[in-house]
Amino acid sequence: MDLSYGPEYEAFRQEVRDFIEANRDRAPKGAGLRDPATLEWQKLLIENGYAARTIPREYGGYGAEPDILKSRIIAEEFARGQLSQGLGGQGISMLVPTLLEMGTEEQKRQFIAPTLRGEMVWCQGYSEPGAGSDLASLSTSAKLDGDEWVVNGQKIWTSTAHLADWIFCLVRTEPDAPKHQGISFLLFRMDTPGIEIRPLVDMTGAANFNEVFFTDVRVPKDQIVGARGQGWAVANAILGHERDSLGNPDATLSRLNALIELMRHETIDGVPVIEHPVYRDRLMKLQGRVLAMRCNDLRVLSSRVNGTGGTGLARLINKLQGTELRHELEGFAVDVMGEIGLAYGDNPYLRGHGSWQNQYMYFLGLIIGGGTSQIQKNIISERGLGMPREPKIQKG
Amino acid sequence: MEFGLSQEQTMLADNVGRYLTDRVDLERIRRFAEDGDDADLWQGLAELGIPALLVPESAGGVGLACLDAALVAEALGYHAAPAPFLGTAVAAPIALAGLPAAEALLADVAAGSARVGLAIGEAAGARADAGVTARDGALTGKALFVTDYPADHYLVADRDGGLHLVAAAAAGVSHRPLTTVDRTRPTGELTLKGVRAEPVSDDPAVLGRLLDVTRVMLAADTLGAAQAMLDKAVAYAKEREQFNRPIATFQAVKHMCAEMAADIEPCRAMVWYAAHALDHLPEEAQVTACHTKAHLAEVGKFVAKTATEVHGGMGFTDLLGLHYWFKRIGYNRQLLGTPEHLREEAARAQQLTA
Repeated sequence: MDLSYGPEYEAFRQEVRDFIEANRDRAPKGAGLRDPATLEWQKLLIENGYAARTIPREYGGYGAEPDILKSRIIAEEFARGQLSQGLGGQGISMLVPTLLEMGTEEQKRQFIAPTLRGEMVWCQGYSEPGAGSDLASLSTSAKLDGDEWVVNGQKIWTSTAHLADWIFCLVRTEPDAPKHQGISFLLFRMDTPGIEIRPLVDMTGAANFNEVFFTDVRVPKDQIVGARGQGWAVANAILGHERDSLGNPDATLSRLNALIELMRHETIDGVPVIEHPVYRDRLMKLQGRVLAMRCNDLRVLSSRVNGTGGTGLARLINKLQGTELRHELEGFAVDVMGEIGLAYGDNPYLRGHGSWQNQYMYFLGLIIGGGTSQIQKNIISERGLGMPREPKIQKG
Repeated sequence: MEFGLSQEQTMLADNVGRYLTDRVDLERIRRFAEDGDDADLWQGLAELGIPALLVPESAGGVGLACLDAALVAEALGYHAAPAPFLGTAVAAPIALAGLPAAEALLADVAAGSARVGLAIGEAAGARADAGVTARDGALTGKALFVTDYPADHYLVADRDGGLHLVAAAAAGVSHRPLTTVDRTRPTGELTLKGVRAEPVSDDPAVLGRLLDVTRVMLAADTLGAAQAMLDKAVAYAKEREQFNRPIATFQAVKHMCAEMAADIEPCRAMVWYAAHALDHLPEEAQVTACHTKAHLAEVGKFVAKTATEVHGGMGFTDLLGLHYWFKRIGYNRQLLGTPEHLREEAARAQQLTA
């Protein structure tokens, strides 16, 4: 056990801190995706290696050698300084790594740099009304007609579709092949004729999701990543990225600390909630679980840094435990507030701008999205514990 | 940065695990539950250096750290192995190292020829009629649920946070065994009437550290026992067939196992961290120890129930012997502070309440 990062890394941490102090005023404050301040900040971060850090320079990144600890330090320090670590979104977090691995040289040159700069915004066309947990059963079709794919069908849960310039989309191109082998991975513009976007309001009242309908949408033949019928392999590489990023224990720790502050200030009959033993016990229970997940995270980080194995199960459980724990923590804060926990929207009694109520619901969305908790349990039992799959039901 | 075990630590865990795999099967556990004789096992563990692990090199020991000891505790829990580990191999060296009057005893502990029982349970909340008072150098009162019983000496806590070393043969000491649910952990009661004891410390911080260390060891024991119960449940589910298929193919059963694994896996890192903190992060040690024992107690309770259920009716029988692990986890939970007690202590140690 050696929990120190060592002098080289502590020097790097100081560099990051200095950068944050010197540039704090330039950070965008709640600005939109297309805001000039947002794009300027993104450019500054890439130039200094705090965004797109390991993406090669020829594709518009910073071009540093991958170094897990340095990436971690950057994330820690930006979180501590409460500054945006640049643009996220599915284009940067999911499509770019996929193109680096599976894209043609031409695709890498065309798409990666503008995506990193925030000039090309993407949405992800995966889930369909009939293909959720069983994503590979998707039925949106693409038929080759001359030099173009003709796409027909519907996607759902498409985040930021209403803001996106492009979509990366799973479509069925080989209807006669087994379901996993008939899928292709297409890229096309969202202003192509035949695309209709309808917002889908979620339980928090926000409309980040959409339904997207395709009617005879014509896509140039070469806008495909990987070969025809290989789209499932491409998509799976990306799903791995998504699972790693949900339920981050450092974010949960900072919410736990905010919860402690809430319990110190919130009173019942004049007594701070934290002085009530029953509430205090529930707080401590959560603190213990957060500690366990932070230790788990450090163990996984260490095995990635040192290239040691043995943490397969520790990684597999992360999405399930991280999102469930966060949901429970936010929900407990709602309990702490009693009737004030009901306040929403413009209610003058809101605490913390209503973030507890909002996150309580938002994290229920994350428990379901990106592979539900029940799907996670299938994965843990099959890949982690070696238990057999459920036998397939013979059709007909 | 390395959050994990060193090669030496992995080797230590493997060696102890191999020894226990060879020597402690269900038959051996049953025999111990009948006759309470673990001399052969403790002798074997002494040959592996286990009782000398935490004894400083200057006192003839191996001088390893709490994390090493936690790995041994985990292995003992995994095999539900009887051994006077907590009092003799952990508490004695932690409390007695550097104490001139205990030098010879510690050498005997390291060699595996002396046993030290742990009588500090009242420091984590004294029940009616329990508790020991120190007055003018003499101890009077009762210590309940003394572990590693019977022993040659006992570490006894008094009501003021002092710690004493009591010889079992000293005048005024009477003792008797107390039957508990866990037949792998012999337990007793001490009654002291004006007993002259060797003072170990009058500083409550020393007793506090002893509680921290022993609590982390109990958590590590639960980690091992819970992992064993999960392994047994998964193996049983793969074998047992109903409706013409292994019950491991049913999602209801798989999800029970996945939930156990998802709860247990972070506990491994948590126990390592808490054990590391005991030696290297003094400002975090108490809170981490409290949280770790409390959390492992909750996870352990869930796993003990769920793994038993996966075994169906067989899980409830004596025939399968699964109950030895169930009870071991229960013993660890009740001893030296229940989860509620520990969480309150963690809150107070962080000054979260006035």
